[in-house]
Amino acid sequence: MSLLLDLHGLTKAYPGVVANDDVSFEIARGQVHALLGENGAGKSTLVKMIYGLVRPDAGRMILDGDAHAPDSPLAARDAGVAMVFQHFSLFDALDVAENIALGMSDPSPMRDLAQRIRTVSRDYGLPLDPGRIVGDLSAGERQRVEIVRCLLQSPRLLIMDEPTSVLTPQEVEILFATLRKLAAEGTAILYISHKLEEIRALCDAATILRLGRVVGRCDPRDASASELAEMMVGSALAAPARPAHEPGETVLEVTDLSLPPAHAFGTPLRGIGFTLSKGEVLGIGGVAGNGQDELLAALSGERLSPPGSVRMGGRDLSRLAPEARRKLGLLAAPEERLGHAAAPDMSLTENALLSGHIRKGLARRGFIDWSKARHFARDVIAAFDVRTPNESVAARALSGGNLQKFVIGREILQAPDILVVNQPTWGVDASAAAAIRQALLDLAQGGAAVIVISQDLDELMEISDRFAALNEGRLSAPVPAASLDVERIGLMLGGAHDLEVAHDTGDGAGIFERTKMKQAAR
Amino acid sequence: MIGLEKRPTPSRAWSYATPFLAVALTVIAGGLMFAALGKDPVAAIRTIFYDPLFDPQFAAYSRPQLLVKAGPLILIATGLALGFRAGVWNIGAEGQYIIGALTGAAVGLALYPAETRAIFPLMVLAGALGGWVWAMIPAILKTRFNTNEILVSLLLVYVAENLLASMAVGRLRNPEGGGFPGSRNLSQWDAAKNPELVAGTGMHWGVVAAFIAVIFAYILLNRHLAGFHIKLAGQAPRAARFAGVNPARLVVFCLGMSGALAGLAGIFEVTGPAGQISIDFNVGYGFTAIIVAFLGRLHPVGIALAGLLMALTYIGGELASFMLGIPAAAIQAFQGMLLFFLLAVDVLTNYRIRLGHREVAR
Repeated sequence: MSLLLDLHGLTKAYPGVVANDDVSFEIARGQVHALLGENGAGKSTLVKMIYGLVRPDAGRMILDGDAHAPDSPLAARDAGVAMVFQHFSLFDALDVAENIALGMSDPSPMRDLAQRIRTVSRDYGLPLDPGRIVGDLSAGERQRVEIVRCLLQSPRLLIMDEPTSVLTPQEVEILFATLRKLAAEGTAILYISHKLEEIRALCDAATILRLGRVVGRCDPRDASASELAEMMVGSALAAPARPAHEPGETVLEVTDLSLPPAHAFGTPLRGIGFTLSKGEVLGIGGVAGNGQDELLAALSGERLSPPGSVRMGGRDLSRLAPEARRKLGLLAAPEERLGHAAAPDMSLTENALLSGHIRKGLARRGFIDWSKARHFARDVIAAFDVRTPNESVAARALSGGNLQKFVIGREILQAPDILVVNQPTWGVDASAAAAIRQALLDLAQGGAAVIVISQDLDELMEISDRFAALNEGRLSAPVPAASLDVERIGLMLGGAHDLEVAHDTGDGAGIFERTKMKQAAR
Repeated sequence: MIGLEKRPTPSRAWSYATPFLAVALTVIAGGLMFAALGKDPVAAIRTIFYDPLFDPQFAAYSRPQLLVKAGPLILIATGLALGFRAGVWNIGAEGQYIIGALTGAAVGLALYPAETRAIFPLMVLAGALGGWVWAMIPAILKTRFNTNEILVSLLLVYVAENLLASMAVGRLRNPEGGGFPGSRNLSQWDAAKNPELVAGTGMHWGVVAAFIAVIFAYILLNRHLAGFHIKLAGQAPRAARFAGVNPARLVVFCLGMSGALAGLAGIFEVTGPAGQISIDFNVGYGFTAIIVAFLGRLHPVGIALAGLLMALTYIGGELASFMLGIPAAAIQAFQGMLLFFLLAVDVLTNYRIRLGHREVAR
């Protein structure tokens, strides 16, 4: 394989932090190169330099023999670099072809473009109808729009930032087949992820970053997942532990919970029903946008549901407001940290007060006891190792992982009887994620019932007693997690999704192989 | 190239300094405007800011005017600020002010010429209630039908103005007034008058109410959960919903509060400085109070200071147009500049200016 991109001594410093320190590595044509590292390791900064969003302070890049110093994404695209971001930049109200045209420097006329979209999507096994409205697409289909947009520019280097975080296992397979086909045609792929199994299944080279420096290179096919994890984190990670236990009495009963969508592109809840018992962790899996936010809102009390649909210990909660539910011991931690679980411009003390004043007695007859609120914030910070100078810092100044620890800790320290969390470890680094999972397990161990809504199947398998899948607002019947394998879960999740697998089966590592590898890694 | 960089935490120092910077910039830009109009800028600025308080010739008249004008501004702005903090935009305080004056005066006049001490408090209550009711119209339309409270409250100002005109020449007209429009003079009726409490200061019951409102709002915003929820709803509506804030109740509370305070301002004005219901009773306090609320950074103490400053520019502006012949429009432009610069420099609280190449942050 011949050399395509040579990075040499790239350095980029921001006030107070060196994001990249003397980073060098090479990517060959047709190579699928993994860039591994925890949040804050400098992966994003590095690819933003390659993609022309950020200029390096020092170092040089050579693309196919020529110096590569793009001063804008436009220049990077002209040089043959394309990037699919983790967060989609699509307009819900426009159709697929219009969205693609918006991202191109010189779009061809609409009719030709639609034809080209069809051709490219067929060639690469990414079924996509140019005329559909993006708001109606699943997360996997939206990602296809982004990928096809890149492919239309025939890139030499394709950068993919955490592409599988929103996909079902089956959709991941489709994506991997596409990437392998691209690589076989000579396109180099820089693949950013912290999902080790995927990297071992897909990539043929890996560079590992920690705190802005290259700390290792390897062929991921030869390394075990735990070796990769250790290089990434710098120390061995303890898997959450939890002793066996007997199921307790039923504390929460949800029956025939249906809600219309809250907005035009929202998801309705359709006849959701389950029970939850003391000391149990119920894992609810599903691809984003299948009703997760709506389910959390219906349980927390942000949205009221039909009478009798949510009952706690025989008491009907369905028409009670969030504060009344908190009083009874049902707490929740929404997915969106900034703006939903916490107010970005308010201090941690104020954010502790936000959901904690009832159970922690932080207000007397409506008058706030600020010193008590400060103490509660300090307790959360200490108990959950939140890295912050003090409790007067605005929530938005904290890193995602630290704020998440604060938000989860705030609810756990209120000693809930039932805790509902949505995406508790999304965008959180591995050690913080492990701490949060352990805290959730400890809570269940202490007798509370926990509902974990997550897109991370590994996480759900690790901590759930029972598992249910949320799909287009419907919840499957919960089954014991121990009885499940990845394929069965994938089918539960995929249900109504567009699952026409456009590839021949048998190309590359299938789901079974990945399951086996996972078992071997443990 | 000049770029803006978001501060991790809003700067406290700048949030106190920006009002002063805005006043300074207004003086400079206003001075240039006056110079362009062919007036002496230094004399103009001096006439606006200094003479009303210290000029031996005018101060005796204009100094009490400061509290007379600042009172209603502060009272109304304090109520508006509660709503603005919560993201509830009551633009119609002028209308609520008029209705407060009308209902209060109507209750009083219905009892004319009785002489009991209960009349004035009764009128005050009726005034607050009138403003509250007028503000409930946009509140209920918003919570029931999701209409825009900015439009509804603003349009109701014009309804209120026409109601005022019709009352001044109709039901509330002074029967002994020889057919002239306008009600009886309430300030000359002992049971209903709102007198100057300390001679020569301009202090009347409305000014007292304004300072009570400031203290009340300060405690509400800083010590009470309701105030916390108001701030939360304005900054992060979803987080407020998560915390358990009922958006509809918040809209009703904020509009009701600002309406009642504007109504109070109206009744204190009509029983005191204005004296009677007349066609041109309202002079724009309700709109100027919006500027005062923002000039005071939506903070009760800031509003008290801003109200005094705004009153000063009103009095000084009148003096300047009288003494130096500066057109009234130029005075209004000068006041507009104050709000413009305040909002413009406000960016320094949340951002810092960076000279050099702009980059996308990590």
